[in-house]
Amino acid sequence: MRLLRHQLKWEQRLFWRSRESAVFVFLFPILLFALLTAVYNGHIDGRPASWGLLAGMIGYGAANTAFAGLAITLVSRREIGILKRIRATPLPPAVYLTAVLVSIMIVFAIQVASLFALGRLLKSTPWPTHLLSLVLSLVLGAAVFAALGLAITGFIRSLEGSSAVLNVIVLPAAFLTGSFGPTRHYPKVLRAIGDVLPLKYLLDLIKGIYLHGQQFWDKPLAIGVLAGWGIFGMAVALRTFRWEPREG
Amino acid sequence: MSAISVRDLRKSYGTDEALRGISFEIEEGEVFGLLGPNGAGKTTTIEILEGYRTRDGGDVEVLGFDPERAGSAFRERIGVVLQQSQLWPNLTVAETHRMFAGYYEHPRNVDEVIVLVGLAEKRDARVKTLSGGQKRRLDLGVALVGDPDLVFLDEPTTGFDPAARRAAWDMIRSLRSLGKTILLTTHYLDEAEQLADRLAVLREGVIIREGTPAELTAGSNETEVRYREDGQDVVVRTTEPTKLLQRLTTEALAEGRELEGLSVRRPTLEDVYLSLTAEPEE
Repeated sequence: MRLLRHQLKWEQRLFWRSRESAVFVFLFPILLFALLTAVYNGHIDGRPASWGLLAGMIGYGAANTAFAGLAITLVSRREIGILKRIRATPLPPAVYLTAVLVSIMIVFAIQVASLFALGRLLKSTPWPTHLLSLVLSLVLGAAVFAALGLAITGFIRSLEGSSAVLNVIVLPAAFLTGSFGPTRHYPKVLRAIGDVLPLKYLLDLIKGIYLHGQQFWDKPLAIGVLAGWGIFGMAVALRTFRWEPREG
Repeated sequence: MSAISVRDLRKSYGTDEALRGISFEIEEGEVFGLLGPNGAGKTTTIEILEGYRTRDGGDVEVLGFDPERAGSAFRERIGVVLQQSQLWPNLTVAETHRMFAGYYEHPRNVDEVIVLVGLAEKRDARVKTLSGGQKRRLDLGVALVGDPDLVFLDEPTTGFDPAARRAAWDMIRSLRSLGKTILLTTHYLDEAEQLADRLAVLREGVIIREGTPAELTAGSNETEVRYREDGQDVVVRTTEPTKLLQRLTTEALAEGRELEGLSVRRPTLEDVYLSLTAEPEE
């Protein structure tokens, strides 16, 4: 417990001190929300557009932070030998990874709070009501994306390509699943692709709760699909996660 | 008591036999050098002892632990400098030490360690602003912050300029005076000669010679005689220098000429090393 607290403190310091992570991981979804709400008007799903965009951007933030941000952090630490170095210390690997995951969850939580505050400021969006349901959804979503982020590190060979590869996954996924606006008018093929992605089901949960006053447990299908993706991610991660850089 | 005991250690990567049954013992407080050309198996050996790699055969005991199965209690007592590794560019020297200190039950005082590795002036500098040699000293500081009994140094001065190497040697000597056991790999001969109490020469996964630097050179009983004849340098290695010199000088005297540039020399450790590592496999 002492080790976890120690590592968590340093993970937070490392995150906020790195300009790349602070801007691209934390700030980017918030900036995107400010931009999109400035250009979209009218209504989405019978609610003001800014409400839907806010929900969409929280989902995108989960993917961008817990999946892409986590994967880039771990790949870069692996490739420069930090993960290997940490393994030679008494810090247990499980404590280390837990601290990294909890740290990224904290970043995501601050990001969500900032999105609600900005929405309130710019477009008078309401505060969320079913807080417990929202927290459960976001923790589940972030955990699923973190598992997938751990899994994908095994397939990224070098630091140079990592952020390009991850953006090629996250941005289209966010687009196809409706983070940036409704997908109703998309061609069938694109919607079908979006329908299998985990982000779509996280967005279902968030939109249900924030726009339609539903509860977490009102969407068993979404919970089931997300859990399935999370288990798949963990299974792959257990097989492919590496602590050591590729031999030069 | 032995700090490290290795018996018949074997390791293969696919069909490539990296270690073909090596054995050695390292006493507590000893500086032991593992010397050999690149690809001889030095890093494989040290990484098995550190617990990073599994072995295919043989017995290994490090501080009484089997490193393959050892956990935190083992890692409390070792310090590791990897051949290639970097640390977080955005932390300062002091922060990096404090972060690592937090992993140990009984860490050393961080400021003392920073002074020991000669980074006091860079205490609050970000790691990304350090020179290559300073970063290597940071690696060493981080390896020492847990106050280990045993320190592994994998090619600690590769890529250093001569001044930085001398400074690193002084640091390693000061570790020795603290009573630490040190296992050092290097492909620099002078480094092994300067630092190691005993050394083993590794070639193609086999230890081909082991002993103190003095024993290694004494083990070779050849003497090198050089002179110039008709403007050509002549080098003769012999196990009977007296007889050779007698013949050479008698001939020269009889012909009334001088043996120009005559020198008689005992082989240095370098000569021994080069002849050992260049020998064809039997």
